[in-house]
Amino acid sequence: MSKPILTVKQLTKRYGSNTIFENIDLTVNEGDTIVIIGPSGTGKSTLLRCLNLLTKPDGGQIWLDELEITAKGTDEDHVRQHIGMVFQNFLLFNHLTALENVKLGLVRVKHMPEKEAETKALEELTRVGLADRAGHYPGQLSGGQQQRVGIARALAMDPRVMLFDEPTSALDPELIGEVLEVMRKLALDGMTMVVVTHEMGFAREVADRIVFMEKGSIVEEGSPDDLFYHPKYDRTREFLWKITELYGKKEAQT
Amino acid sequence: MEWLQLLQRFFGDFVRGAGVTLELTAVGLLLGFVLGLLLALAKIYAPRWLSGIATAYIEIFRGTPLLVQLFLIYYGLPSLGITLSQTLSAYLALGLNSAAYQAEYLRGAIQAIGPSQMMAGRSIGLSRWQTIRHVILPQALRLALPSWSNEPISLLKTTAVVFLIAVQDLMAKAKRAATITYNPIGSYLAVAVVYLLMVFALNALLKWLERKTKIPGFDIDVKRV
Repeated sequence: MSKPILTVKQLTKRYGSNTIFENIDLTVNEGDTIVIIGPSGTGKSTLLRCLNLLTKPDGGQIWLDELEITAKGTDEDHVRQHIGMVFQNFLLFNHLTALENVKLGLVRVKHMPEKEAETKALEELTRVGLADRAGHYPGQLSGGQQQRVGIARALAMDPRVMLFDEPTSALDPELIGEVLEVMRKLALDGMTMVVVTHEMGFAREVADRIVFMEKGSIVEEGSPDDLFYHPKYDRTREFLWKITELYGKKEAQT
Repeated sequence: MEWLQLLQRFFGDFVRGAGVTLELTAVGLLLGFVLGLLLALAKIYAPRWLSGIATAYIEIFRGTPLLVQLFLIYYGLPSLGITLSQTLSAYLALGLNSAAYQAEYLRGAIQAIGPSQMMAGRSIGLSRWQTIRHVILPQALRLALPSWSNEPISLLKTTAVVFLIAVQDLMAKAKRAATITYNPIGSYLAVAVVYLLMVFALNALLKWLERKTKIPGFDIDVKRV
């Protein structure tokens, strides 16, 4: 049942003499939702970008299923289509409609025929509740809608795992709910997900495991209950409750 | 009266000259665009040595007079065994020169679209080149359009230098009319008006292109990112 989809061993990233993170070990099993939390500047986003090779790690190894993607000669483009990514600032293709955003990868990467790609793209937009916005350009969509298109764009590639890099941090409070709802549904549908977020409500409800990172290493990881109520380290408790208080208010409105 | 006679006599001449001027502008612009785009891409994405060559090209062609470039091609190249016709020399000089300017307009726009769109493209499995082709350039070209529009206008007027190697453009026709009629004011004013009309028309065309390619909400988004 719990087959590892992503396996990370001793992963290290440095910029010059500045170590972003060091010796990270992480296993993401099929169907798991892993939530990574931690203070900003801790290397969470960089870690996510290393997972799909958008950033090159300086040491350690990553496996996607049984394939070591950090090995020499790996076809990065091929790897990336199997690892979906959702960005903090959405990063939709601004010159394309919602539908075309989702379709681009299907046509250009998966070489799907136009018609088939269009049908599939519309399915994915329906999945995030935006079928009626298919012809809108990103500039005509709200932040929440843009982010849902971003999710649909990644989903369309049928990825093995989805990475979310603070998907709601750039959103107005009243738009966070619709994005979290889509993510919650995805998790329930069995999608494997790694989520960097400060949304503690989401983490407690949806996460199978919470990973607390600080200063470039994993301090502690465990089930939401473990981390919230029986953390091994005071630092974990301190951070969790501080962040819950800070963001809990925002979430209560949604 | 003198005016009307001048126009009557040289109308056909001026029209043919204007045709040549438009051809020079179109060819120079097209050649300049293709080469300018390659230069801009090289400057941003190519390995250091190649981007260095692109930078040097741009600096040299923007830093020396077009007339010098034109004379080097027309009068200079034959001594290396390459003899080009007047028209071909003019096309080449205008194109090579315009490329340097267009490269700078395009480079600015490509850089403004920024690495984040590249990251977004790569994240769904597009290759670097595919992302440039399908994501970066469609946005960069739209973004560049308003400022790039200076180049066709400027080039249209710049083509006037080619009469110095006896290409029969509008300027050459004006000079001929002035010499024959001893009426320089009339002749040059007449072609000035023709240049002006062509600029107006070109301007309208560019504005139309800008409207036609506009993406709703696009410019706002670029400013925000």
